[in-house]
Amino acid sequence: MKKAVHYLNQFFGQIGGENQADIAPQLHEGHVGPGMLLHQKLAPVAEVTHTVICGDNFIGSKTDEAIEQVLTELETIEFDIFIAGPAFLAGRYGLACGALGKAVQERFRVPVIASMNEENPAVEMYAHELYIFSGGANAAAMRKDVKKVADFSKRMLQADKLRPAAEEGYFSRGKRLEAFDGSNRTGAERAVEMLLKKLNDEPFHTEMPMPVPAKVAIAPAVEKMEEATIALVSSGGIVPKGNPDHIQSASATKWGKYEVDALYELEAGSWETIHGGFDPSAANQDPNVIVPLDAMRELEQEAKLGSIHPYIYSTVGTGTTQAEAARMGTEIAKDLQRANVSAVILTST
Amino acid sequence: MPVVQLANLVSIAKTVGANRIVPAVAIPYPLGDMNKSAEEQKSLRKQRVEVAMQALLTTIEEATIFEVKK
Repeated sequence: MKKAVHYLNQFFGQIGGENQADIAPQLHEGHVGPGMLLHQKLAPVAEVTHTVICGDNFIGSKTDEAIEQVLTELETIEFDIFIAGPAFLAGRYGLACGALGKAVQERFRVPVIASMNEENPAVEMYAHELYIFSGGANAAAMRKDVKKVADFSKRMLQADKLRPAAEEGYFSRGKRLEAFDGSNRTGAERAVEMLLKKLNDEPFHTEMPMPVPAKVAIAPAVEKMEEATIALVSSGGIVPKGNPDHIQSASATKWGKYEVDALYELEAGSWETIHGGFDPSAANQDPNVIVPLDAMRELEQEAKLGSIHPYIYSTVGTGTTQAEAARMGTEIAKDLQRANVSAVILTST
Repeated sequence: MPVVQLANLVSIAKTVGANRIVPAVAIPYPLGDMNKSAEEQKSLRKQRVEVAMQALLTTIEEATIFEVKK
């Protein structure tokens, strides 16, 4: 029989209400509270062998400490799956399920299944990381929500074929997998069918949903260019020859920061592009066509700008997911802000 | 901290939320032109960077594409 660990907050863990929300994490053997229902529903595939309980405020305010304590406790036991909640519409509880679930998944490489109401703020934060099932707004939905989670967990533990998020009932993780749709119709047939529906104003479902673009707040303009420090950032894969940081040529997850303070331009032979999405010959012949350091130096000498930030930043933008791109962008922006950079020229290929 | 994006694929830059956009020359060489001499390319590059700097100096209310004069 497979082993499941269940996470509950202090309330569902039957310790107490708001007055107990500061309790530190604890590991119990067996199931607690709604864990009994989960235990029953998981049978005969799995059993709830342990329950982790933590106060919502404790994990909310001392998140790292709480997670580390739980991970240390979990090191002492064996388990195959981690199930958190249901957390319904409870915000702190949902965030606890998400943060802890993500940490458990990373440390122990086991599937993590949670359940929350779609309005729970943790859904937006963790839906891409975990399987979060769409649940009710409060504990009245307990039976229904626990059953959904248990059914899916059982199938996952038995390595059954899993269906797309919308069919299974969890929030989209933003992952695309190639699969046959079971109809035996080719892509061309399905595309024509979709097009006809569209032309007839009938409802249809795309097979390739695109991420909804986020609106980015507009930053105020630079006031005086002759006093500004400008940084050069690029997704065109320009790196020192040999690619010291091993940035991937496609689907990049890394970015690099390279000193150019003493350089008047990016010389061919010393710099190259490792971008795998276009013919690199032009950029390798003259890397300034992607990162225009030479033009910027001239403008700097002509006092048309204050100074050039001593480092350039680089990654590869092909096959890179929006989530990874957003993370790297945030990290680079933080570094630039720490250095008091006034503005950025971003070049993309 | 304003950012100006020099991009060949202007529509993609706009879709992913870039607010200040300057069109670039081509995908493999956004700030060059393989049909021109090195000197001509450098002056073209400088011209586009100056448009980008102008974009950084411009107060905008919505995502804006700054055209480059030929």
